[in-house]
Amino acid sequence: MPWPKETKFLGKETPRVEGPAKVSGRAKYTGDVAPAGVLYGAIFRSKWPAARVKSVNLAKARIAPGIKAAILARDGEFDVRYYGDEIAALAGTSKQAVLDALALIEVSAEPRAFVVKEVDALKTDAPTVVAGRANLTEGAAKETGDVEAAFAASAAVVETRVSTPIQVHHPMETHGHTVQWDGEELSAWSSTQGVFACRDSFAKSLNVAQNRVRVRCEHMGGGFGSKFTPGAEGVLCARLARAAGAPVKLMLTRFEEGLAVGNRPSSFQKLKLGADADGKLTAFEIYSFGTPGHTAGANTGGGSGGASFPAPYLYKPAATRVKQGSVAVNAGQSCAFRAPGHPVASVGMEAVLDDLAVKLGMDPVEIRVKNDPFDVRRREYAIGAEQFGWKQKYRKPGTMAGAVKTGVGCAGAAWMSGGKGTQAEIQVNADGTVEVRVGTQDLGTGSRTVVQVVAAEMLGLGLDRLTVRIGDSRLPPSGSSGGSQTTAAVSPAVFDACENVVAELKKLSGIEDPRGENWQAACAKIGNLPLQVRGKWREGLSTGGAGGVQFAEVEVDTETGFVKVKKLLVVQDCGLVVNKLTCESQINGGVIMGLGYALYEQRVMDARTGFVLNPTLENYKLPGAADMPEIEILLIDMPERGVIGVGEPCTVPTAAAIANAVANAIGVRVPDLPLTPDRVLAALGQVPKGTADTVRRPGAWVDGRASVAAAPVAPWVERNGGGQAYR
Amino acid sequence: MAGGVSRRIFLKSLGTSAVTAAALGADTVSQGLAQANAERAQGPGAVAVAFTVNGEKRTLMVEPRVTLLEALRGNLGLTGAKEACDRATCGACTVLLNDTPVYACSMLAIEAQGAAITTIEGLARDGKLTALQQAMVEQDGLQCGFCSPGMVMVLTALLRKNPHPTEAEVRRAIAGNLCRCGSYPRIVAATLAASGQKPVTQLNVISLHDHALA
Repeated sequence: MPWPKETKFLGKETPRVEGPAKVSGRAKYTGDVAPAGVLYGAIFRSKWPAARVKSVNLAKARIAPGIKAAILARDGEFDVRYYGDEIAALAGTSKQAVLDALALIEVSAEPRAFVVKEVDALKTDAPTVVAGRANLTEGAAKETGDVEAAFAASAAVVETRVSTPIQVHHPMETHGHTVQWDGEELSAWSSTQGVFACRDSFAKSLNVAQNRVRVRCEHMGGGFGSKFTPGAEGVLCARLARAAGAPVKLMLTRFEEGLAVGNRPSSFQKLKLGADADGKLTAFEIYSFGTPGHTAGANTGGGSGGASFPAPYLYKPAATRVKQGSVAVNAGQSCAFRAPGHPVASVGMEAVLDDLAVKLGMDPVEIRVKNDPFDVRRREYAIGAEQFGWKQKYRKPGTMAGAVKTGVGCAGAAWMSGGKGTQAEIQVNADGTVEVRVGTQDLGTGSRTVVQVVAAEMLGLGLDRLTVRIGDSRLPPSGSSGGSQTTAAVSPAVFDACENVVAELKKLSGIEDPRGENWQAACAKIGNLPLQVRGKWREGLSTGGAGGVQFAEVEVDTETGFVKVKKLLVVQDCGLVVNKLTCESQINGGVIMGLGYALYEQRVMDARTGFVLNPTLENYKLPGAADMPEIEILLIDMPERGVIGVGEPCTVPTAAAIANAVANAIGVRVPDLPLTPDRVLAALGQVPKGTADTVRRPGAWVDGRASVAAAPVAPWVERNGGGQAYR
Repeated sequence: MAGGVSRRIFLKSLGTSAVTAAALGADTVSQGLAQANAERAQGPGAVAVAFTVNGEKRTLMVEPRVTLLEALRGNLGLTGAKEACDRATCGACTVLLNDTPVYACSMLAIEAQGAAITTIEGLARDGKLTALQQAMVEQDGLQCGFCSPGMVMVLTALLRKNPHPTEAEVRRAIAGNLCRCGSYPRIVAATLAASGQKPVTQLNVISLHDHALA
């Protein structure tokens, strides 16, 4: 790796460039931008979970006081498929004017039968979510090896069922845009994870040339995978601005955020795992389904349409059978969410693996080290177990006396990351100051600071000599911030641009090494016009393929069902660390999001009304300060691998590790996430029959599944009405 | 309405809100109710509201249904306080009302009549950050930064009352503030650093080469 070994900034702790602006309220987010005459925009949404909309009358709304534009989301007759589907939009001079006018919109519609729970949607008599298409989409079972023979020859076989909820992104800043037209030119301030992707999507949706669209995102309040495109709200905002002949700001409310802008698909997983007497995995089988929302299976040509996930996760038994399905329900569509698929996969795989270890009488760390194919992760288990005090803390499941029981668990992660294609531009002024320009965006990950750190290191300059410009589609192109690719894409481009700057300056000034103390003298030769040099991403400076393992220690009150996470230990490799400070924050964030997934977060649908029951933050439970365990992070420094993104692997194994720790504490597995007190008590047999959550109660969904005569799930549905026997 | 006691404030004060209870000054519940019931309804048109914001007297005309947050952000252009939940849950809109943190999203502008309001913009003097703000930057007590204005306001109020809080007291102070990026550990560290206490970091960088597989 050509990265320097002795560094001044790289791998050290550099506070965020924009930190002072963010802690003093000066940082302008999308909703803070207010072009002169800006109007307030809002969307009129379906109150029906399913309906045929015959006509929409905007006449009264259009002439209401203060209203400047009223548009239809779709023309003619159309179907709405979930509570919150877009129907129309208004723009007016104040929020109050728009709220009043929204009540004047008249819709003629035929409500239709709907279904919002996954298990209900599988039933043969369930309403179809998309007319003419079965709710369930299943890919063919994928098999390697002789699965039946491998299970038969196994020394131990276990079966485990788990389910995971719909998790909603809920970034603190809701989705939204401020859009201004100047003739045929569109300027958008967007809360987006990709200014270029957003630009191109605006251009396509509005039939405008790409060179006439500009998207800016100076600061944004989180996205977590849900802000790659302008979304319906962005296009409606732009159309409102065009119709009104004035700039329009359209920020969604928290309520809308809970309905309409994405989520992590749910899963219902039935897993079976076998091993030989030494604990070496021999055979694996999974059947799973989940919902990605109202359109399942549309984008994968008979695959699982958005609710699938990697299986078998991490481990590689020789014989495997994988069948995954996806079921449509009348609810908002899912989209990418921090490490898509991986936390879901991890929860199932790590559960069945722990259950197998218990049956074999093996230590959970030992069975992982024995079977994990990734050398780095195997070593991380060894390092983590020592630091965590695993040998001292681990005891046989459920063997602790007393009402409050402690337990420990662990799990691993894999993430491909990587990143390429970014360009950077550096302008050097005669006074020695430098401006670095990259068309990336900062979601809160610290990418602006990454640009600054790399440039300061490579040019040998103090941070105060550098300004960084990002978040604008007029800057050198960079990809969307997703897949933990930003740091790995941006750093090499800035590195390359710095090398080119040094070469140019050397030529121009005759100074052999213009960096550091020679910088000022070299820049003095630049002349009247600044020096502007480009660079682009190149091989050999960054890579992908992060591992990472986590250990959890929990305390479970068996009388109340309450789970308290005491400690989480993270052992994470991320190649060359660019900024220790922001890297730690990213990992904290991933772990805390994983903790929410394990214990608190779930979208709750009402089967009778089809409404989302918890679209607000007082009902959708995010982890708070009081829920924080001790979080300890061991960052594995591997500079020889180059820069690797860390934002996603760190959130993958947390929930699985916590769920395993709970099972270890109480001696039974709580199969359904989040591990709420009622479910913990139900798993302990402390809840009278019939009073627990019936839809996700252990076993209930399988009974439902088995009753679907039309679905080709043989040969491995249960016999004898939901029993455990595989054939 | 000069006393600034509305029916809404009175009813809120029956709960646990210390600020409104103090502002109320009513001896008994029945007295307070009688006083609140004697008020004349305002609106629906715009009414005049006067309060002090960051030491400056401001008068504006707003509909009675306009929240304090909307008035600050929309009418006064003070966009530091953020709207994130609009339901008094996440705390991103927190401002100080007579030195006590309140959710500006869930208070009407007319309820702040006559009050002294401090927003995030009012903390730094001549561009110089407060010790807490500086610590938030240095200790990385933020990621996307959308919750930061609220966090800073609530912790500023804490440190004014309690200059050397324990970790548990810091956590309790931000119990009404949400951060989706998960910056809580660094926010707590920053607050302890700002109060002259040694912040904890739980991050260690280790080399894989020093650890052979057991």
